[in-house]
Amino acid sequence: MRYLICVKQTPDTAELPKVKPDEAASGNLSIQLVVNPWDEHALEAGIQMMETFGGAASAITVGGSGAVETLRSALAMGCKDATLVANTDADAWGVATLLAAAIQKMGDVTVAITGQMTVDGNSGALPVALGRKLGWPVISGVAKVLAASADSVTVERVVGQARHTVQVAAPVVLSVIKEIGEPRYPTFINIRKAARVEIPTWSAADLGVAAPAPVVQMTNWRKPPARDAHVQLFGGAPSEAAAALIDALLAEKVL
Amino acid sequence: MDFAFTAEHELIRKTVREFAAREILPTIKENDRNQVFDKTLLPKMAEAGFLGVSVPVRYGGAGFDYISLGILSEELEYADTSARVIISVHNGLNSLGVFQWGTEEQKQMFLAPQARGEKIAAFCLTEPDAGTDVVALRSVARKDGADYLISGEKMWISLGDVADHFLWFAKTDPQARPAHQGISAFMVTRDMKGVTSGSIHGKLGVRAGNTGWVHCDEVRVPASHRIGAEGEGFKIAMSCLDNGRYTVAAGALGLIRASLDASLAYAHQRKTFGVEIGQHQLVKRMISLMVQRVEAGRLLVYRAGWMKNMGMRNTRETTLAKWYCTDASFDSANDAIQIHGAYGFSDEYNPERFLRNSKGAVIYEGTRELQQLIQADYLLGYREDKPLRCELPPYDPDSWQEG
Ligand SMILES: Cc1cc2nc3c(=O)[nH]c(=O)nc-3n(C[C@H](O)[C@H](O)[C@H](O)COP(=O)(O)OP(=O)(O)OC[C@H]3O[C@@H](n4cnc5c(N)ncnc54)[C@H](O)[C@@H]3O)c2cc1C
Ligand SMILES: Cc1cc2nc3c(=O)[nH]c(=O)nc-3n(C[C@H](O)[C@H](O)[C@H](O)COP(=O)(O)OP(=O)(O)OC[C@H]3O[C@@H](n4cnc5c(N)ncnc54)[C@H](O)[C@@H]3O)c2cc1C
Repeated sequence: MRYLICVKQTPDTAELPKVKPDEAASGNLSIQLVVNPWDEHALEAGIQMMETFGGAASAITVGGSGAVETLRSALAMGCKDATLVANTDADAWGVATLLAAAIQKMGDVTVAITGQMTVDGNSGALPVALGRKLGWPVISGVAKVLAASADSVTVERVVGQARHTVQVAAPVVLSVIKEIGEPRYPTFINIRKAARVEIPTWSAADLGVAAPAPVVQMTNWRKPPARDAHVQLFGGAPSEAAAALIDALLAEKVL
Repeated sequence: MDFAFTAEHELIRKTVREFAAREILPTIKENDRNQVFDKTLLPKMAEAGFLGVSVPVRYGGAGFDYISLGILSEELEYADTSARVIISVHNGLNSLGVFQWGTEEQKQMFLAPQARGEKIAAFCLTEPDAGTDVVALRSVARKDGADYLISGEKMWISLGDVADHFLWFAKTDPQARPAHQGISAFMVTRDMKGVTSGSIHGKLGVRAGNTGWVHCDEVRVPASHRIGAEGEGFKIAMSCLDNGRYTVAAGALGLIRASLDASLAYAHQRKTFGVEIGQHQLVKRMISLMVQRVEAGRLLVYRAGWMKNMGMRNTRETTLAKWYCTDASFDSANDAIQIHGAYGFSDEYNPERFLRNSKGAVIYEGTRELQQLIQADYLLGYREDKPLRCELPPYDPDSWQEG
């Protein structure tokens, strides 16, 4: 069983406001790049599954050579191996094409895991496109994995205020939400191991597919006008409200 | 010359920062105010691999270099001094002392469980009547058959009421002349009969850290627990301080950065006379001094770390880094309070904690005055480093990774 976690390198959310429209259009960003925060939850999910149900957690990214750093972070969190698919100009559909080809080449992937969306593209289209390309079922909004075997996966998903328990035949694409678990920070031992893992680079040609031409064209990039202060009220008992506030401040990287 | 950190160093920095954001910052103000040492921090630091960062894998560590030890210290103290103190005594003063002076058997017996974080380590040199003047210590270790019987009182011991392993300095020959040749080092463990400890409260700073006293009353210690030869204790203590002071210096660098970051944020936020206070020249002066201290401190600290990696004797350089950075962290916290005006005088903001925390490091692991004497003595020719029987092993990226 292999859980393949699809991660993307994105700007640090704290740095997003610094991105200039022309940089965004060209993709040549001069700011700090990190693992897409939503994908950190996907990594946590895959590593938890490896620990609970056996199998191996692997990471994959489609990006330029710098995206190797993202894979090193994934390895440092506990993934066993990682693969870079070299491509810098695909859109979500193109990325899905490349990922699907890589998954087919690997041959032993039971579960492909993605984050809910990326903090730069914000489309949330990738898991669905990937399911379509592979012909696998897609379960979105996954908050908990209850069971996983080579044949089937049982998850709890959140739909508005409701929760579904879904059993689905594997292989499957899961798109997970924050509730799946706080991403762990790397241990020093894993950082060391990560430094020694060889990360193979696959091109579209290696995967036997044509480099996909973007089907989505971004025709205009502009910055939204500065917003007024954002107000959020925290209810409940003082201790609950305080805890929620601390969580929110940590999430916003204020603390 | 290469001033760059590696990608791995950067990953370590990021990891420690995230650790601190999650495990230290949310509770630090309360713990500091209430003088609470958060015991849950130790197993978490152990799991993350912090407690054996620059110890080879075969001795239970993570096998990183000494620069990584500095980065760990710097980032922990950026959050709070109490967390860095754990690294200073557990890693710097005790574990690296065993790494340098212990036998292979002692490394397996003491260093490995410490590096894995299964045992917490402290450093017991200071006594009620012997601080700077180490040689005045009164603990005695009397030979009794194959064992030693240790009696004495240690004071101001970081982690004193928490640790399992105490690197204890006692006189095996109280009559020795010169007196420092009568001191020996022992690993006393908490489970030995006659060991008692307690905490010291009412400290100005490091209030979220544990500082205590440890008492030994005729404690029977097997000779296998003696680190180094009889009479080598003073040299061992000084070796330990070469490593402890490095972590103190690196930590103080983190504290300067914390004061600087707090000041930058506030200087943009606060307005007087119609402009951000950052626009006032006298505020700029305080900020620029902090930048100068960060940059100079960083060079001093990581040069010392680099020398450790290379296996070069670094007592002079480490001492200089420790003196400079600790003084600079006090001055920076003081300036940060000033920039915050009355708010800096309140515990609603962090700089007052930074100032209280910074003062201890100007005293422990050798007072500022002692560091100054050392620097002058080197230049005046009154002091000279002689080769040691056991030197700190240089970093080796390959063999340190072997299991
Ligand atoms: C928070 C904290 C944690 C500590 N943790 C530990 C620990 O884990 N293990 C440990 O062993 N100790 C620890 N200590 C003790 C610390 O190392 C001593 O306090 C320090 O060495 C100074 O000794 P002292 O306090 O006895 O001061 P003293 O030696 O009495 O010095 C008093 C003053 O006289 C000055 N002075 C002394 N001699 C000279 C001289 N020759 N020339 C000029 N000036 C001189 C000093 O600089 C100082 O200003 C800790 C202390 C603190 C505050
Ligand atoms: C314990 C305590 C008791 C007090 N008691 C009283 C009281 O009884 N009555 C009362 O009225 N007030 C009282 N105060 C308030 C005190 O007078 C103010 O804190 C002080 O005037 C500074 O103002 P501030 O705190 O708003 O700092 P700010 O004015 O915001 O200054 C912040 C920083 O910017 C610097 N700065 C500001 N403008 C300039 C400039 N033009 N050029 C260069 N630097 C500049 C300041 O020097 C400071 O470093 C008290 C404060 C304390 C801490």
